[in-house]
Amino acid sequence: MRRGHPAVRALPLAPALVLLLLFLAGPIAYCVWIAFTDLQLTGQAHSSFTGLANFRRALRDDAFLNAVRLTLVFTVLSALVGQNTLGLALAALMRRASKPVRTLTGGVVITAWVLPEVVAGFLLYAFFRREGTLNAVLDWLHLPRQNWLFTLPVLAVSFANVWRGTAFSMLVYSAALDEIPAEITEAAEVDGAGGWRRLWHITLPMIRRSIGTNLMLNTLQTLSVFGLIWVMTRGGPGSRSQTLPLFMYEQAFQNSMIGYGTAVALLLLLVGSLFSVVYLRLLRTEV
Amino acid sequence: MPRTRPSRRLAADLALLAVAAAFALPLAWVVLSAVDPGAGLRVKIPDGIGLDNFRAVLTPDITYTPLLNSLLLCGGGTALTVGCAALAAYPLSRYPSRLNRPFLLTVLFATSLPVTAVMVPVYALFVRVNLIDTLQGTVFFFAASQLPFAIWLMKNFMDGVPKELEEAAWTDGASAAQSLVRIVLPLMGPGLGVVTVFSFVMMWGNFFVPFMLLLSPDRMPASVSVNDFFGNRGMVAYGQLAAFSVLYSTPVILLYVLVARRLGGGFALGGAVKG
Repeated sequence: MRRGHPAVRALPLAPALVLLLLFLAGPIAYCVWIAFTDLQLTGQAHSSFTGLANFRRALRDDAFLNAVRLTLVFTVLSALVGQNTLGLALAALMRRASKPVRTLTGGVVITAWVLPEVVAGFLLYAFFRREGTLNAVLDWLHLPRQNWLFTLPVLAVSFANVWRGTAFSMLVYSAALDEIPAEITEAAEVDGAGGWRRLWHITLPMIRRSIGTNLMLNTLQTLSVFGLIWVMTRGGPGSRSQTLPLFMYEQAFQNSMIGYGTAVALLLLLVGSLFSVVYLRLLRTEV
Repeated sequence: MPRTRPSRRLAADLALLAVAAAFALPLAWVVLSAVDPGAGLRVKIPDGIGLDNFRAVLTPDITYTPLLNSLLLCGGGTALTVGCAALAAYPLSRYPSRLNRPFLLTVLFATSLPVTAVMVPVYALFVRVNLIDTLQGTVFFFAASQLPFAIWLMKNFMDGVPKELEEAAWTDGASAAQSLVRIVLPLMGPGLGVVTVFSFVMMWGNFFVPFMLLLSPDRMPASVSVNDFFGNRGMVAYGQLAAFSVLYSTPVILLYVLVARRLGGGFALGGAVKG
């Protein structure tokens, strides 16, 4: 299968490479540069190199530390616990359920996933508002109502992310469970292993690679959620649901400190890269 | 699929129905409010079904211009993504090289970077090179951000087309370009469809990219203009917001259904993520 000079053969890669270098690698490199400057949006003709000042400042900034904490809570709650567990539970339940129920549930969950981010944000804003559906349901059940977006904003946006993102885990786990040979499960059943023991000793170990990649992708996806939170709470009230992407946006644009905002972006990229490397290691036999 | 005892099936059905109901409540709100002239924030049976909300939002300002902008942005971005990805996938899939593996690993690495984080430097860069508030700049960035995943998927689909068919064409004197266009791409039609629809759906729903890179109201796509229902126009007309959301969301849902059907209900993207 040798045709032409290697350089000619690689030519079709050029358009993609140019786009990737100019619009993705370029900004990342630029990101590394301006994170070390005091670049601002207004009232300053030149920016100067300030070394690690932006990073030192971040570590002393309560608002930054608050954003880190909220990002952690948001990610653990919605991605690691919510989407992942619910997705696995749905995939497992679907194998036992009747076909119409499976189709219906799958359809509803996937619709929530396919909806544009902003629309999902509005739907959940309406759901969690004081006059919204959740409180109506709680009233009907004679349970206490809350002004969710005010009292528990992180919980509300985390639920929103679970609502929006669970379909992905469900699809990944459905595919993984389909690949477990039926004989193995049946043999365990014959040996008298109950449902939980089969789950713990057979199912989970057999799909552990899917669990790993799914956790990675859920985490990366959740780390970069912006629109959903922006629409629901704008990071508020105050900064009580201001995760890192929203903090970065506020510093760079509302406070006009591009340098500082970019330093935050760089930290976010670094965390993302770390997860990305782990994800590659999980996949390493595939390439 | 193993046989299931009736009692277990019932338990599973009930549990799934409970989850489905919880997931459906927010969706029910948008559907019911869109046709309810007196819509509020909670799910309720409409006071009377009417298309007033749709009539109110179907104006150039509110609906047509933003949807047209979305179409231009996402159509352009998708065309660029799919074109570049198909070209790039060809040498990666057809010619073995020492550089393929590192390149694909880099692409896969880029696939999972949080694009949100890049938006501040992209904005700063776009201001410098005068691409800010331009359609083409946004299209280029959309394409670049979608390319890693598109290349990855495209390469996997292309690997599924047997080389022998191409070799036959080559003996008949076809060039590599001809065999790509006439043989490989048609044979990977469903795969091409998946990449196209997936790229389009991702761009159609993306809020942050146009929110950052576009400034003029008349260039805003629907993902950003939908924000105008809040704040800027005073009282929020929830019914109209719902009607607009339905108009804006329907195309991507239809596209998803189309692709899901075409793959026999299977989920091709799963192939890219399962371990």
